[in-house]
Amino acid sequence: MVISVASGKGGTGKTTIAVNLALALPDTQYLDCDVEEPNGHIFLKPDIKKRVSVTLPYPRVDEKTCDLCGECAEVCEYGAIAVVKNQVLIFDDLCHSCGSCVMLCPQKAIYEVRQEIGRIEIGEGKGVSFAHGILKLGSTRAHPLVEEVKKYSDASKTVIIDAPPGTSCPVVEAVKGTDYCLLVTEPTPFGLNDLRLAVEMTRAIGVPSGIVINRSDGNDRLIEDYAAKEGLPILLRVPMERQIAEAYSKGISLVEWDENYRDIFKTLFATIEEGGAA
Amino acid sequence: MKELVIVSGKGGTGKTTLTASFAALSGDKIMADCDVDAADLHLLLKPAILKEEKFVSSQVAVIDRESCLACDICRTVCRFEAISEDYVVNPMDCEGCRLCERMCPIEVIHMEKQENGKWYIAETEFGPMVFAQLGVAEENSGQLVSLVRREAQKLAKEKNLNYIIIDGPPGVGCPVNSAITGTQLAVIVTEPTMSGIHDLKRILELTRQFRVPALVVVNKFDLNLENTEQIEAYCRERRVELIGKIPFDTSVIKALQAGEILVHFSGDGKISRIVTDIWEKVFSHLNRL
Repeated sequence: MVISVASGKGGTGKTTIAVNLALALPDTQYLDCDVEEPNGHIFLKPDIKKRVSVTLPYPRVDEKTCDLCGECAEVCEYGAIAVVKNQVLIFDDLCHSCGSCVMLCPQKAIYEVRQEIGRIEIGEGKGVSFAHGILKLGSTRAHPLVEEVKKYSDASKTVIIDAPPGTSCPVVEAVKGTDYCLLVTEPTPFGLNDLRLAVEMTRAIGVPSGIVINRSDGNDRLIEDYAAKEGLPILLRVPMERQIAEAYSKGISLVEWDENYRDIFKTLFATIEEGGAA
Repeated sequence: MKELVIVSGKGGTGKTTLTASFAALSGDKIMADCDVDAADLHLLLKPAILKEEKFVSSQVAVIDRESCLACDICRTVCRFEAISEDYVVNPMDCEGCRLCERMCPIEVIHMEKQENGKWYIAETEFGPMVFAQLGVAEENSGQLVSLVRREAQKLAKEKNLNYIIIDGPPGVGCPVNSAITGTQLAVIVTEPTMSGIHDLKRILELTRQFRVPALVVVNKFDLNLENTEQIEAYCRERRVELIGKIPFDTSVIKALQAGEILVHFSGDGKISRIVTDIWEKVFSHLNRL
């Protein structure tokens, strides 16, 4: 079973839920797909056994063969190529590595070199099998890196995918194809706004979802009303407690802070396995 | 005209809460919400929308399957695996590069424009505001961020306003690059957590790459004094000024739940005084640049 954890927005407690679920269940794998800001390692403290560089092909011009015809700039839909007076300029950060310029150059003067967009670190921490992607600073290619991290999914384990925040392309890539998506939210107007977007996203890609309310202070009406209207189950509430926030600040997970949370997360998983209705 | 951007390396650190308070404390400015993925500033500033526009930036390939001869060339050249075995293009995977269209020998592929989101010009109690909402599952958020900033700049010129306050997107990726580039000053909001410190280092490195001077604010600083000290030491070491520390305070959560601007909700309480002091420091920095 593959469970993704998404949130519509950062800072709602996505990593907390994903990490604790991974720690509470037997035989799990945690994949951190929040490649811009992976944080799961802070809690799982994995022993990294392998590092893999992830590269994408970027065009380069053989100046001897190039006759400056301008076709490459013409066919590049991303504005990544410009032909000036007597040279071809290539802007890697705009390039999508689609290969159009290479394939359509009449002189066959363009070749590709692989450039690093980030790396993947694989290991194990606290009994959980671990992998995360780290996007190179300044790189805009989060989506292909997420795709690469997901290739490390181990089908023999329960896989927990920590998605990036938001509802855009890299998030869709992370949640796509998972069996269930846990949407973490807060009982505030912000939380509701972002939850709505996240629900829209899971529906667009056809992944069933349920809600986890984090920082609940007992008055979750805002989220409850929405969940009832949309027919979505509220599967778990984590209370707003200063002690939890303090534990988090030290990199201590909920299940380590309070043993009882182990059972709470096991129950959460059982509910998901049964189809996710609370 | 000067642009101030508020960033955080990560969502949920209190960026929008602080930005909204800056909006309430300042005059002579335009607000630009560049968190186009999950825009929230409007929930606090409650703008009246004056203009709504479609954001059209991408295109996707469409194959006319009746005429298609299934030669498979399109599938062979597509690097995004966007075309299925029965020659249907999945718009979520298609990046609009047009290579399939250009390579199709019998020209049965054409491109269709996609609406990727909406953007708005609005009026708030605190001045004009530009914000946007990227469509769900859409990309090009960097382009939409640039568009919001461009529109805010235009509007600022038109209305003769001297400052633009930008609520930045979370993270360190493409939309953040678009939000930071060319601004005069960045305020980084962080938290004294392990992840907060981790993210602070990355965003600070990014502001350096873009040569934008940065100031740091620690939110919920008393949750972990040791980590706060670590942040202070890090800032000293990197010669970045830490201009304020906001305590963990339930009034912040209550303000959020009520959907109110913190400095208004807290009135002349302690939190208001701290946030006001932070704004004054930011403003004087901005004017010295």
